[in-house]
Amino acid sequence: MTDRKNNKDKLPAGLDQHEGIHSESGPFEKTLGETLRSQGISRRSFLKFCAATASMMAMSPAMIPKIAHALESARRPSVIWLSFQECTGCTESLTRAHASTIESLIFDSISLDYHHTLQAAAGHAAEEAREAAMEENFGKYLLVVDGSIPLGNPGYSTIAGISNYDMLMETAKGAAAIIAVGTCATYGGIPHADPNPTGAVSVGDIIKDKPIINVPGCPPIPVVITGVLTHFLTFGTIPELDHIGRPKVFYGQSIHDRCYRRPFYDKGLFAETFDDEGARKGWCLYKLGCKGPTTYNACATTKWNNGTSFPIESGHPCLGCSEPDFWDGGGFYKSISMPTENITKTAIYTAAGAAAAGVALGAMNRSKKNSAAAAHSKTTIDDLEK
Amino acid sequence: MSEAAIPVSGEVKFNIQISDELTQNVKPLLHEIKHALENLIENGETSIIDLRSIPLAPGEEDRILNTLGRGEVQAQLDALGLSEVTETRYAGVWVVTHYNDEDNIISRFIEVTTIPVILCSQTEDIMAAYSSLTLDLDESQQTN
Repeated sequence: MTDRKNNKDKLPAGLDQHEGIHSESGPFEKTLGETLRSQGISRRSFLKFCAATASMMAMSPAMIPKIAHALESARRPSVIWLSFQECTGCTESLTRAHASTIESLIFDSISLDYHHTLQAAAGHAAEEAREAAMEENFGKYLLVVDGSIPLGNPGYSTIAGISNYDMLMETAKGAAAIIAVGTCATYGGIPHADPNPTGAVSVGDIIKDKPIINVPGCPPIPVVITGVLTHFLTFGTIPELDHIGRPKVFYGQSIHDRCYRRPFYDKGLFAETFDDEGARKGWCLYKLGCKGPTTYNACATTKWNNGTSFPIESGHPCLGCSEPDFWDGGGFYKSISMPTENITKTAIYTAAGAAAAGVALGAMNRSKKNSAAAAHSKTTIDDLEK
Repeated sequence: MSEAAIPVSGEVKFNIQISDELTQNVKPLLHEIKHALENLIENGETSIIDLRSIPLAPGEEDRILNTLGRGEVQAQLDALGLSEVTETRYAGVWVVTHYNDEDNIISRFIEVTTIPVILCSQTEDIMAAYSSLTLDLDESQQTN
């Protein structure tokens, strides 16, 4: 049997200089392109992956060849994933795919050295794997964190007897960058909701000396998680972030601005209840408590379940889950998003200057949301039945 | 469970009226394609429009695709799931749709070009093919 790897001398002149195909490097030295090729993925399939990646990262399709080149030559990064006070929904979001998807492709291409939900190792062996990955890749590995960190009593959440705080501090030291995944890790999330019994805080509340990319959402859209990983692999830098640490490419526009129901808002056409004529005709859900105007996320364009739909398309208001303190926003179905001005009158102005009015309403709503958070207005069963 | 297997009682009506042209983005997009075609003719430059980057209401993407129609070329690729490449009835305007293994659309582009790149054989694949064929011939020679 001939060794196919030793066939380099039989390539025509000009083709033997190409990188990748004949690499003798070890598994951890492989580039992402080599890893994919060794899995039998053709260049054409890889281009398809890059096209879908450019699409999900809202990049110009002209970037596809550049993404392909950068990703092909990127080294497999070591990734350590720590889960603290969380429900595992973020991991579920990323790994629920039943078939080969863009998410699984990028996920398979990283060296996931520690993830206590997914790894086979347990107990001391698991912790040794984390320590070994930290030592071997010090200063280079990516640290992914989901879940908030309790400061009230370390006993609220420990792993292998190590408090979440201690584990985060220890692991963050050698990280090239930290990706906080989910609203719990980014802003404290549900554990942080009033009265915050565990003293939950976000990663950014504790770590101040490392670049942190916040990927909020409850859970975040899977391609947003992998999109951030892909950006890091492609460009070797963290993406441009907004004022609360979110990648602008995914969180740069409000749900409201990208919502296909926006024209109804502009015309002043609203569903008043979940079963009225407006709801049946697909009118704007603003009056039903939709947090779209104050929520920045990619749901309206990237959508969920492989692009099937997003909550508003299914007839439910946006809950605003990618925003800080969304749980204390005054109730999902209450008038937190309702302007005090007459909405029809507002809509007339909006039709004349939609962008300006939208910004003004957004500011008004944010102000109301903050007030509600301060007053901690609880949602009751009666509110839900309204 | 496939979508077709979900039991549905009674008639299901989608709550959006497709004829509404909700986002008003259909006509501007068709004009953008016209300009891209003009650019291809005059400067030989190709253009790609990512349909997922534009807010479209249910039914509006279908409206665009129906307007473009189908031309002489339809190709299917089997690369990490199905991909369909279709030349529309306007020569030079192609619709490229990528699916995953579960036949869900993961991206859809309108490409204004003489031929979409994804249809062309890729250099890396050609090199691998050359190696593979050479080895196969060597092996068969040794066997004989």
